[in-house]
Amino acid sequence: MEKNNSKAYWKENIKYLFILLTVWFLVSFGAGILFKDLLNEFKFGGFKLGFWFAQQGSMYVFVILIFIYVKLMNKLDKKYGYDK
Amino acid sequence: MINSISLVESIGVQNWTYILVGITFTLYIGIAVWARAGSTKEFYVAGGGVSPLANGMATAADWMSAASFISMAGIISFAGYDGAVYLMGWTGGYVLLALLLAPYLRKFGKFTVPDFIGDRYYSNTARLVGVICALLVSFTYVAGQMRGVGLVFSRFLEVDINTGVVIGMLIVLFYAVLGGMKGITYTQVAQYCVLIFAFMVPAIFISIQMTGNPIPQLGFGSELVDGSGTFLLDKLDGLSTDLGFAEYTQGSKSLVDVFAITLALMVGTAGLPHVIVRFFTVKRVKDARKSAGIALLLIVILYSTAPAVAAFARTNMIETLSNKSYATVPEWFKKWETTGLITFIDKNNDGLIQYVADKNKNELVVDNDIMVLANPEIAELPNWVIALVAAGALAAALSTAAGLLLVISASVSHDLIKKIINPKISEKNELIAARFSAVVAVCVAGYFGINPPGFVAATVALAFGLAAASFFPAIILGIFYKRMNKEGAIAGMVVGIVVMLYYMLKYKLGWFDEVTPDKSEWWFGISPEGFGSVAMLLNFIVSITIMKFTPEPPIEVQEIVEQIRIPSGAGEATH
Repeated sequence: MEKNNSKAYWKENIKYLFILLTVWFLVSFGAGILFKDLLNEFKFGGFKLGFWFAQQGSMYVFVILIFIYVKLMNKLDKKYGYDK
Repeated sequence: MINSISLVESIGVQNWTYILVGITFTLYIGIAVWARAGSTKEFYVAGGGVSPLANGMATAADWMSAASFISMAGIISFAGYDGAVYLMGWTGGYVLLALLLAPYLRKFGKFTVPDFIGDRYYSNTARLVGVICALLVSFTYVAGQMRGVGLVFSRFLEVDINTGVVIGMLIVLFYAVLGGMKGITYTQVAQYCVLIFAFMVPAIFISIQMTGNPIPQLGFGSELVDGSGTFLLDKLDGLSTDLGFAEYTQGSKSLVDVFAITLALMVGTAGLPHVIVRFFTVKRVKDARKSAGIALLLIVILYSTAPAVAAFARTNMIETLSNKSYATVPEWFKKWETTGLITFIDKNNDGLIQYVADKNKNELVVDNDIMVLANPEIAELPNWVIALVAAGALAAALSTAAGLLLVISASVSHDLIKKIINPKISEKNELIAARFSAVVAVCVAGYFGINPPGFVAATVALAFGLAAASFFPAIILGIFYKRMNKEGAIAGMVVGIVVMLYYMLKYKLGWFDEVTPDKSEWWFGISPEGFGSVAMLLNFIVSITIMKFTPEPPIEVQEIVEQIRIPSGAGEATH
């Protein structure tokens, strides 16, 4: 029982990691590097969009990702009774 | 008349600097006396009861070194878009740290990174490889910090660089030896406040001056206040191409290299022992996750401002100097010229400053560090702001140096003496050993600060490359791959480090050839700075291959892995 519980917990944890790290990759390596030139066709104020992602946007998303992770994991801990 | 006015002004800056540096140093020492460490647990992990906010602030100060504070904005201002590798690399690593490492290592609940390597891979050989990696990474990194302390002292207080290094050594010695991790943590909290204030004030002033927007992050995407209706970045792109440089928002590095450097810095960040060990100091797994988030938020405040400062400073510099008569340059130009950080050679003898991309025609060479150090003067900000930058730069260099020294002393006294050489050592003697190794480490670091080895320029890239090539894969596999055994992990770390060192020595320092080999010879077009990502991949491949042919780890170790994955019941850090 205990063992199944921890297995299920771990599986959900891995699913969260996969989703969050996909976003992490897309904003930095995707928008900031691989698709930079494409995104630079669009402007956002005085910023070309690809440049903005590389020097600003990706960092903001990183911060948000960690706080989302904290929220998700606190909920997950509670669900499986690991919050004590 | 003009001279006497500038004399009065310069005395003003000097006095302000003495006052601000004096106040901040007194504060650090006061905190160190208050937070003395009484046990090894307090010395190594601050007793394990640091709040997530305090730990986040300490991590941010620990992380942001003299290089982040002084050099980064300058590097970006010359590299344009390419500077993004540092911005994304040095922040993106925290996502990996928060999601893949920090919570599990906190649950594991030991004192050091080699502790994890040694226990998880049930082998003192693995522990020893871990100790060597930790020492290699930390020493390469700390040499640059002490040099930074010396430079700041010499530029702002007009003492000899070596005297500056010695003053810095004494201060660090005092609070690292006395307070251990506990002293360091609380001084770092204070140092974060000093350094962020010192970085933001001039940035905000300059942003208002140039764009009318008090938020630098928005300012550098705004229109200039000169009434032309041009966006700052468009103007800068134009200025750059006019002088023959690449467009500012485009950069000039190849795509594959930008990708590799960013990845190497991210993974290296997540593998740096002095950063990882900060997450051993909080109470619960939950706190480790949260403090990683707080740390990154606090770091991003500076990191998102740096590219704005870079763009402002670059525009300012080109407009103030390009094609202007040398006879009429502003006061700060002459002042920094004497330090050798700005050099001007009038190649065509026309008395004008030609600043162009073509190396044969270019007459002006400006050091990266100027952009932050001289920025307040270039923008004609008040004296106290200039002095504040000095105090901030010192806070950045000292906090990082102290964090690294602690890793070094813990590696020696805990991992080497307690775990390998003499397991019977008493708590009291271990604490003495820890303090003694901290003293030795400070002296070695000071020696490198005074006699910088030829490879100082390569040290940061090397430290990240080594961390990426060694610790990151070993820790990740240790947590996420239960089947990973000692044979695989040790082979992976050794191959990773050796290949990384070889590449760095060959292509960065040119040890194996008459001249350092050219770009065209790089493997896959990847620079030594980015090679950490290749070495990391190699480590993963070697580890997994060797593992397939060797026995699986003992049941007890597999149970440890199961335990690490569950957040509850994270006891306090123990031996």
